[in-house]
Amino acid sequence: MTLGLYMAQRISALIMAPLVLLHIGVMIYAIQGGLSAAEILGRTKGSILWFAVYGTFVAAVSVHGAIGLRTVLSEWMGLRGGTLNAAAWAIFALLLVLGMLAVHGVTAR
Amino acid sequence: MANETHMSVSVWRGDAVGSFQPFEVKVEDNQTVLDVVAWIQQYADPTLSYRYACRVGMCGSCAMMVNGTPRWTCRTHVKKVLVDGHMQIAPLRNLPVIKDLATDMDPFFDKWVAAEGVHHPTLTRNDPIEALDPAAEARVESAAGIECINCSVCYAACDTVANNPDFLGPAALQRAWSVYNDSKNADKQAVLDAVSGVGGCHNCHSQGSCAVHCPNALNPMNAIAGLKRETARNFFKRRS
Amino acid sequence: MRRGYRNHTLWVAYLLHRLSGVALALFLPVHFWVLSYALNQPEHLDGFLRWSEMGIVKFAEFGLVFLLAAHLFGGLRLMALEWLPWTSGQKTAAAGAVAASTLIAGVFLMRAI
Repeated sequence: MTLGLYMAQRISALIMAPLVLLHIGVMIYAIQGGLSAAEILGRTKGSILWFAVYGTFVAAVSVHGAIGLRTVLSEWMGLRGGTLNAAAWAIFALLLVLGMLAVHGVTAR
Repeated sequence: MANETHMSVSVWRGDAVGSFQPFEVKVEDNQTVLDVVAWIQQYADPTLSYRYACRVGMCGSCAMMVNGTPRWTCRTHVKKVLVDGHMQIAPLRNLPVIKDLATDMDPFFDKWVAAEGVHHPTLTRNDPIEALDPAAEARVESAAGIECINCSVCYAACDTVANNPDFLGPAALQRAWSVYNDSKNADKQAVLDAVSGVGGCHNCHSQGSCAVHCPNALNPMNAIAGLKRETARNFFKRRS
Repeated sequence: MRRGYRNHTLWVAYLLHRLSGVALALFLPVHFWVLSYALNQPEHLDGFLRWSEMGIVKFAEFGLVFLLAAHLFGGLRLMALEWLPWTSGQKTAAAGAVAASTLIAGVFLMRAI
């Protein structure tokens, strides 16, 4: 873990801190009376605000999760060097692509 | 085996491979773990290898794993660590074992050098001696770490060292923090660069085992947090 | 060998932070996958949401919210330790983080059932 990775990890964490609180708040609010696709989509479809918020959230969590798992893979699985970095990039790409598809799925008209 | 007059002691024999050998040792009123190891070597098995020098907690050479916890054996009373009349003594963790209880401390000291915990002078020998203010904020930070005796107890207690052989470790990074805050140190950037690499301070997960087990009650975790703060501040400064 | 050197609060806080992080990272792809159904196949999403009404799933959700809150507050504690000139009360902060996480997850569970 170098300074650059550390800064990316901490900055993505700071970006997410208020978003996680918001996310937990939305969960507590939305789960009352059960969830339905119509209810969720009614809130999010066509909303630029939800797209921006959750798009930022997905981008930050992709960075944060990839660096975090990179550390775990290094410390607990013994991965090093090129293999380790390739794994981290793969995790970043997977989270970013799936996350953006999800954001697109719930906010696009 | 163990009773009120004798204790059973398991001592590591071998190097990386080996096994624990049991010994019966008489319990004394005042007895340190180092006393027990010395007694075994003198009266039970002269081939036992271990390391010590000052016997009073200053030199930092007698640290071992006692019941799985790193301790300075010369200042650890047997009564404090005996469990049902038994204790286990092993070489320090996270270091290569030379033989029995003696470890190779080279990696530990090599990392002190790698962390740039060395003096970068501001003056020459021809200049008058610079006065220091003991109450200055940076001096207080610097002074917090200077009682380190290089015993490697923190290094043995650290799971981040165990999981990442590149990690410089608590003692070396605390040294770097002391040097960084020293007003007589001329090259702060060299210290920050040295602790920002692959094995640098940013690997630390603040588990705090270093602070829990330091025999001199120092807090390397806080020193490392200080290095993280200064490197982060420097990161923004260099970019603006 | 006995591992006495790990028996203290901050080490447990480290382990909780790591395990919650790994669990959340493994959960995220599934979470995203389910949501990406929403645009083209909302009926799939509804089927999943009906499945999530089961008690055991509710309990798993409680666990996830707890892990998320624990990771958030544990992380904020670390950021405070590292970036603020703040040294004392570490153990209290760690305990407070867990307490706050439990509280939030508890509120979530109470409202969910």
